[in-house]
Amino acid sequence: MDEALRKELQEMAGALRGSIFRTICRGGGGHIAASLSIVEILTVLYWAVLRIEPRQPRDPERDRFVLSKGHAGVALYAVLAKLGFFEEGVLETFGKFDTVLGGHPDMHKVAGVEASTGALGHGFGFAMGQALAGKIDGKDYRVFALLGDGECQEGSIWEAALFGPQQRLDNFTAIIDFNKIQAMDRLEEIVSVSPLAEKWQAFGWSVRQVDGHDVGQLAEVLGSVPFEEGRPSMVIAHTVKGKGISFMEDVPIWHYRLPSAEQMETACRELGIENFSREQLV
Amino acid sequence: MRNAYLEALYELAGADRRVLALIADNGAIVYDKYRRDYPEQYFNFGISEANMVSVAAGLASCGKIPFAYTISVFLTMRAFEQVRNDVCMQRMNVKLVGTGAGFVYSNLGPTHHATEDLALMRALPGMTIFSPADASEAYQATMAAARMDGPVYLRLATGGSPKIYEGEQGSCGQQNFQPGQAVLLRGGNDLAIVGTGAILLEAIRAADELEREGIAARVINIHTVKPIDREIILRAAAQTGRVITLEEHSVTGGLGSCVAEVLAEAGQAGVQLRRLGLVDSFAESYGSYEQMKQRNGLSKEFVVQAAWELMEN
Repeated sequence: MDEALRKELQEMAGALRGSIFRTICRGGGGHIAASLSIVEILTVLYWAVLRIEPRQPRDPERDRFVLSKGHAGVALYAVLAKLGFFEEGVLETFGKFDTVLGGHPDMHKVAGVEASTGALGHGFGFAMGQALAGKIDGKDYRVFALLGDGECQEGSIWEAALFGPQQRLDNFTAIIDFNKIQAMDRLEEIVSVSPLAEKWQAFGWSVRQVDGHDVGQLAEVLGSVPFEEGRPSMVIAHTVKGKGISFMEDVPIWHYRLPSAEQMETACRELGIENFSREQLV
Repeated sequence: MRNAYLEALYELAGADRRVLALIADNGAIVYDKYRRDYPEQYFNFGISEANMVSVAAGLASCGKIPFAYTISVFLTMRAFEQVRNDVCMQRMNVKLVGTGAGFVYSNLGPTHHATEDLALMRALPGMTIFSPADASEAYQATMAAARMDGPVYLRLATGGSPKIYEGEQGSCGQQNFQPGQAVLLRGGNDLAIVGTGAILLEAIRAADELEREGIAARVINIHTVKPIDREIILRAAAQTGRVITLEEHSVTGGLGSCVAEVLAEAGQAGVQLRRLGLVDSFAESYGSYEQMKQRNGLSKEFVVQAAWELMEN
């Protein structure tokens, strides 16, 4: 990858982390660690892969992105605000009365949100319906869906996993945020989904694995879909839950939690957030 | 009813390429003609109801008009959260078509009986519920569902439902199907029988018998359970003072509940009301559909008996 582009994407990811952190702290809480693990994935999708136009969010020819792991909605909000789907100031209303930015994204309230998600195991099939519609109409838009690894414990995921290859949906790409931690603990300690790549391969998907924080790898892989003609693509992105804030990284307790004053100070320092104060944040 | 539905769907698919038939490995043979002529508007999801409903919602978000069809229980209960979140919450133009209303799949047993589906579907915001009484009405209801923009639950019996309306298929007798507008099947001012679906046949049989005994029973067909026709219910209550509801469904949350709500909210709670349906039970026994109606207290004798009890009060 071109060094300048890599640097640009990395800087964007850094800025998004700051935005996510501020939004969640200001709003009084949210799914912080699960939002931080997908930052590079969203950055690469929205700044290097998706064919979208923020001023025409309903263009029928646009590529679609569905955040099936809807609890990471704040990360999506940060992206959409940065791209100008709505004013960045709207982020300040997160967690406040009557905001349009709920804990889980609503397609009827937020421009750029393609599906209202939050209940796990729904967005994947919904997005597949959009891909199927594209095939029926002979359109060349593509559909991307981002799933959680814990979400792969839902039965509906595997119904859709069977259906996609059957319909030869090579305009459809799923990405799994494989951070190895679900709400209460590590997947290995609760219900393991491993080996993930082999499972999807066995279901008929064309699978690639990447470092989900390496923008170069992500751009290369996501930029080369479909991996095989006639098959849906699956990208297993190995990530770190809570990425970017040292005390949150790979620590299960940060699934949904608000940092203390001291922790906020540390996090702001690490994320390069200046002129902060606890009063300003919460 | 199922064949009338398919006939309507066939016409709709021919006239509008956005119309899609989605099935979950049910009704394969009856779809043969449709599949032959519109193979690109036909998708079999296999035994995966939840995914069928999610995908239907995604298709609708791209302008398609999917009719997702399978046995009612599996559609409305197994896939309930998909219906709620993906279809209703996102206000998607998906038509959910459930076959095997009530216990019409008599011998298959309660796993295949839809006896709580109305309660579930009517609780969902924005859902319209059509529950036709016979084939001609099923045809009309399918056409009406296609004309509407928004989620519809179409509750069908199966093949071979007896006629409630006279006349050719699609004509609905002398009536034209109007969503939300119930149909007066029989006039009468002694009492009113308010029913929905194929079980209305028992209401008509009961009305015939009561007539021979000098009692004039009004029979009302609630083909649209939601939004319900309040006016026709309130008028019947005011003019007869006695209301029997009849449904192949639990009386909890179904048509009986709907009517009770309408009466109570209009201050007509003083009207004598008797709800016939399943009372905190699954449908009992196996046998023919006729035998099942009898065993479960929904054949005409039970309607007649309820009528006499109300008349004596």
